[in-house]
Amino acid sequence: MQKTALKSEERAVLELRSIYDQFGYSPYKMSKFEEYDLYVRNKDFLVSDAVITFTDTNGKLLALKPDVTLSIIKNTQLLPGQVKKLYYTENVYRVSQKTQSFKEIMQVGLECIGEIDEYCLYEVLVLAAKSLRSISKNSVLDISHMGILAAIMDKMSLSKAQSARVLACISAKNVHELEQELAEVEADEADKALLLELAGIYGKANAVLPRLEKVLSGTVAWDAFSQLKTVLAAFEGSELNKMIHIDFSVINDLKYYNGVIFKGFVEGIPASILSGGQYDKLMRKMKRSSGAVGFAVYLDMLERFDTDSKAYDVNTVILYDSKSSLQTIKETVAHYAVEGTVLTLKTADKKLHYRRLVEIRANEVKVVEENA
Amino acid sequence: MKKMLNIALPKGRLGEKAYRLFENAGFACPEIYENNRKLIFENEESAVCYFWAKPSDVAIYVERGAADIGVTGKDILLEYEPDVYELLDLKMGKCKMAMAAKADFRDKPTKTLRVATKFSHIASEYFAAKGRDIDIIHLNGSIEIAPVIDLSDVIVDIVETGTTLKENNLVVFEDIVDISARVIANKSSFKFKNKQIEKLISQLSKQLEE
Repeated sequence: MQKTALKSEERAVLELRSIYDQFGYSPYKMSKFEEYDLYVRNKDFLVSDAVITFTDTNGKLLALKPDVTLSIIKNTQLLPGQVKKLYYTENVYRVSQKTQSFKEIMQVGLECIGEIDEYCLYEVLVLAAKSLRSISKNSVLDISHMGILAAIMDKMSLSKAQSARVLACISAKNVHELEQELAEVEADEADKALLLELAGIYGKANAVLPRLEKVLSGTVAWDAFSQLKTVLAAFEGSELNKMIHIDFSVINDLKYYNGVIFKGFVEGIPASILSGGQYDKLMRKMKRSSGAVGFAVYLDMLERFDTDSKAYDVNTVILYDSKSSLQTIKETVAHYAVEGTVLTLKTADKKLHYRRLVEIRANEVKVVEENA
Repeated sequence: MKKMLNIALPKGRLGEKAYRLFENAGFACPEIYENNRKLIFENEESAVCYFWAKPSDVAIYVERGAADIGVTGKDILLEYEPDVYELLDLKMGKCKMAMAAKADFRDKPTKTLRVATKFSHIASEYFAAKGRDIDIIHLNGSIEIAPVIDLSDVIVDIVETGTTLKENNLVVFEDIVDISARVIANKSSFKFKNKQIEKLISQLSKQLEE
């Protein structure tokens, strides 16, 4: 099949799969349905908590999958020291925040489960960056480390509500309100200043890391920063390094995520198209002793990304009458099919946009219209 | 070639005032002063394109990426919670979101409180945090008459000078949140037009400090 005949999301699936295959990740296929109970127990992990449910013939309450990660964790049993690398292409069913109605979303993603070391983190980041690059050369991978913010905020002993408000401000790069929020908190002024500084930081990794090293040196966030620095140092000299930015507004739920987290953006698409991170805390919650890191690419966002909008529905339309022989029609179709799409009709369709109109009347072939 | 920075401004006095700040920040588009019905203005020299939008729609333009930057009220951001960056408080268009009622209003906790408002989400969140059971009556305008004609017990609305409330015999019972105009940015545009956006924000901040 010609690559150009594929829609951008279909093309992306093929390319992403070949990238993940190359790094030894194995495809993971799962059932469309999952026990509803799994989602009830981990409601906050889901992007939206509404789930389509139905009762199975045996009386069990099942759900159409709103998420893939939970199912993979549930179904993956590991031996100590083992690491499993999996990828998936699945449809998930979620409520769209915009329309407040259920949508089927095609999602490609991967999970690396087991004893997660710095190489595993690096590899997943490389795959995330490569995934974005395969979609567009103009893409950015924003990286943060939940451990940095968590360490500083833990030291400040914020209440649950305060913590949520502080994270909301950082996530919106809303430094002016973060300042107001922190003014009401009784904590070390140096820690408050640190959070304010982190909230305003954005830039390429090699430009931002030295500044971070200076401000985080000797603080509670140093260990988390050191890990981030080690992982990002491995990108030096690589083409992918240019697309890596540090951005603390990338935030995920502290209950589930503990380490490196990231979001991917592609120029021309207004929201993030890739999202992931290290979620050891979710693993603990699901009674797993190992760690995990992974990401998902939201392919529904690619629909509007088709830049090569076609001026024509079809290249050649061939109109034929009942007096024309099958042989003549067949040969004419073969002739024009060499240079593009061909549609054969008996009667003209006025709504159709075509480059060329060919008529076969009593076996006589004539080009009647050519559009530039 | 420099990338065009698309800016959505709210139609009206606030938008015009905001435009002057943007102009002084080096993002001028003189054509905007021509008195006509045009809604989109472009200046290739300063690589900027402005358009006038309904104030409550600005956040939608920005969230969906039709505009990279927008100026909108904090009330709209709290009500619709768009997924955008809130980069700056312009400290203009200042007002308050408040709960008001007739002067003789006494809250009876045994009854469901009837709340008339244009800002259903803000009102719901506010009363939920207080654990108060309410019945939201969503109205699109003339909120002030609701308690007068016994459609509601209280209203949640924007209070600027308080004149409208006074003329309808209403008084503010509780302030909910301070409102002012904010500069917002599309999350993806922030990455790909970062230099222009950072320059704009730093120039705007300088003007606000002066």
